[in-house]
Amino acid sequence: MSECCEPVAFVPPVRQPGAKTAGELHTIALIGPPNSGKSTLFNRLTGLRQKVANYPGVTVEQRMGRMSGVGRDDLVLIDLPGIYSLDPYSEDARVSIDVLEGHMPGTPKPDAVLLVLDSLHLTRQLMLAAPVLALGLPTMVLLNMSDLMDARGGAIDPLKLARELGAPVALVSATKGTGIESVQMFLNRNDSKLDTPPLMLPVLGNAMSTHRWAAQVSTRTGYRAPLSAKMTRRVDAVLLHPILGPLLFLVVVFAVFQVVFSVGLPVSNGLQDILAHFGKWATGFLPAGWIRSLVLDGGWNGVTSVLVFLPQILLLFLFIGILEDTGYLARAALIADRVMRSIGLNGKAFIPLLSAYACAVPAIMATRTIENKRDRLATILVTPFMTCSARLPVYLLFIAAFVPNVAFVGGLISLKTLVMLGLYTIGFLAALVTARVLKSSILKSSETPFILELPQYRMPTLRSLGLRLYDRGGVFMKQAGTVILCVTLGLWVLANVPVHAGHPPELGESVIGRLGHFIEPAIAPLGFNWKIGIGLLTSVMAREVMVGTMGTLYGADPETQSLSLQTALHHDLPLGGAIALMVFFAFALQCTSTIAVVRRETNSWKWPAVQFVYMLALAYGAAFVTNLVVTALWG
Amino acid sequence: MRVLSSLVVGESGVLVALDLPPGVQNHLMYMGFVPDARVRVLHKAPAGDPTVYSVDGIEIALRHETSRAIWVAAKSITKEDLLDVPEPAEPAEELTEAAL
Repeated sequence: MSECCEPVAFVPPVRQPGAKTAGELHTIALIGPPNSGKSTLFNRLTGLRQKVANYPGVTVEQRMGRMSGVGRDDLVLIDLPGIYSLDPYSEDARVSIDVLEGHMPGTPKPDAVLLVLDSLHLTRQLMLAAPVLALGLPTMVLLNMSDLMDARGGAIDPLKLARELGAPVALVSATKGTGIESVQMFLNRNDSKLDTPPLMLPVLGNAMSTHRWAAQVSTRTGYRAPLSAKMTRRVDAVLLHPILGPLLFLVVVFAVFQVVFSVGLPVSNGLQDILAHFGKWATGFLPAGWIRSLVLDGGWNGVTSVLVFLPQILLLFLFIGILEDTGYLARAALIADRVMRSIGLNGKAFIPLLSAYACAVPAIMATRTIENKRDRLATILVTPFMTCSARLPVYLLFIAAFVPNVAFVGGLISLKTLVMLGLYTIGFLAALVTARVLKSSILKSSETPFILELPQYRMPTLRSLGLRLYDRGGVFMKQAGTVILCVTLGLWVLANVPVHAGHPPELGESVIGRLGHFIEPAIAPLGFNWKIGIGLLTSVMAREVMVGTMGTLYGADPETQSLSLQTALHHDLPLGGAIALMVFFAFALQCTSTIAVVRRETNSWKWPAVQFVYMLALAYGAAFVTNLVVTALWG
Repeated sequence: MRVLSSLVVGESGVLVALDLPPGVQNHLMYMGFVPDARVRVLHKAPAGDPTVYSVDGIEIALRHETSRAIWVAAKSITKEDLLDVPEPAEPAEELTEAAL
């Protein structure tokens, strides 16, 4: 899933250096404490779709976007990671402070600041107002979630607060879109008051006096904190219950996997039939011969064999989206702290690990919230062991083809579900064991304290869940239409050359067949045939390319052409090899995007190289043993 | 005076002092753990540690070794306490539906 994590493509306009007068503001930064709604506001003001969720630390790097709907098109908004103060405590906070001070290469120094504060907890949030206002940049204070504050009986006098702070203040709701017009007025106003001198606050750098100041300001401005939502505490009484909590979590996870098979698989199979018929019908209009074969057996078969897994992938993303948007993710980190501590990490590292079930690339970025550098590196190195969604098509294809339809407990638990859970579990265990080894050897460090803010639970909106699925679905389709299409077309060509007297060669005699047979001795001990070998080579780009490769190679083989991919695999591969293949995928690092992001985040080629070789060796060894055991038991 | 870690779920106290490394201490203070703040024990993680505290209206989880370096004084009941009575646990179905 390579495209999932590219920054918003945007080149900031080049400007002349020098002081700016009002009306010449170009770059505006969004600053605020974690989980105060900066990214939601960013999306609202730019029309972009930056990831938002309900836990602190969703945004870990600066993102820029052009503001729309403000009557000008020269305004650039920068979204930044949340900060508690201007003393950086973690890597993501460092990013915000560097941008704010103009030290971030490639990002212009902001001309103005939108300070976003959560109006539900204003007293504490005001502690950030003092140091930010003291920077002397034109600043507007936005009290976000004001709709919730009103609903829960909170109150504040924004005019009084504006007078106290010497900056304009507006009540807004980024989710509902209320109060946003005030931002436009602030950015377009054209008076000299913009150059107000920095606020002289006697409190800088001292948390104690900053807090005292914040408390006084909130009293003087008539701030009444809203009643805390009791729902969160009631829900936590169950979800953090010593027995009920973990039990409920397991039941939900299990149910999700079961649904992937009982609902998702029939949908996929139906889709497969429809697409296969459509492909045959549509290519009927092409002249018979090599062109039709290239389009149908090469491109169409390869791409659709991956595309049919879209329903299951969306199901998984829906589940992850619900976990993130409700606020449960932070609780999961809390529950996992005990286990994480036993391997030498802390519960915070669990948040990136969980989000790696979607994709390792954003998960590796998310490790920036881990304060300890060695903890962070250990987490980066083990994150690709978590079963990302790109492995899902491979698992689903091979499980559907090889694992018999056996059910236990009156049909509630199927063997297919158990095998899938097993694959997810071995990946997770490999991550834990590897982290344990790293943390007790080369990455040993003293324990860092675990300090985590738990957000209030929120009901995810259908809109935000829908947008997530739409975006993820788009990424998946795009990957299928680009990388997988190119690979499969290339494979088809290689499977049809060299041409002898106008006839394509036997598959085994083609270029791809010869290459496959050449590498076969290396993979034969794992129970793989040469076609799987080619799949292993192409899937270094991305794991789901494996499925497209199988679709093309079995489609190009006259012996298996008429069979469905599942049936073809079932006839051509021994059971030991099939199970070993899934185990291989559980451990191997086949993803160029992950390698690239590890290189970027660790700033060296050393760690991605170590990681790749280690994971490959583990995958090879585990697949070898699996093949031996499965063949001995059931072969 | 007691350490924060000795408080049981439902108890609250007024923060007196923190005795932690400067970086951690500063970070905690910016999160609201300042002297005179009212801190209350909300939940314990299923394994017994970390513990979730409520301070300044927000919820923060800390491990035992952090909370035992935070000193609190027992506190008489105020109007704020009466407004914020702990809720008894509710049956499971309704709640999980709301959460998931």
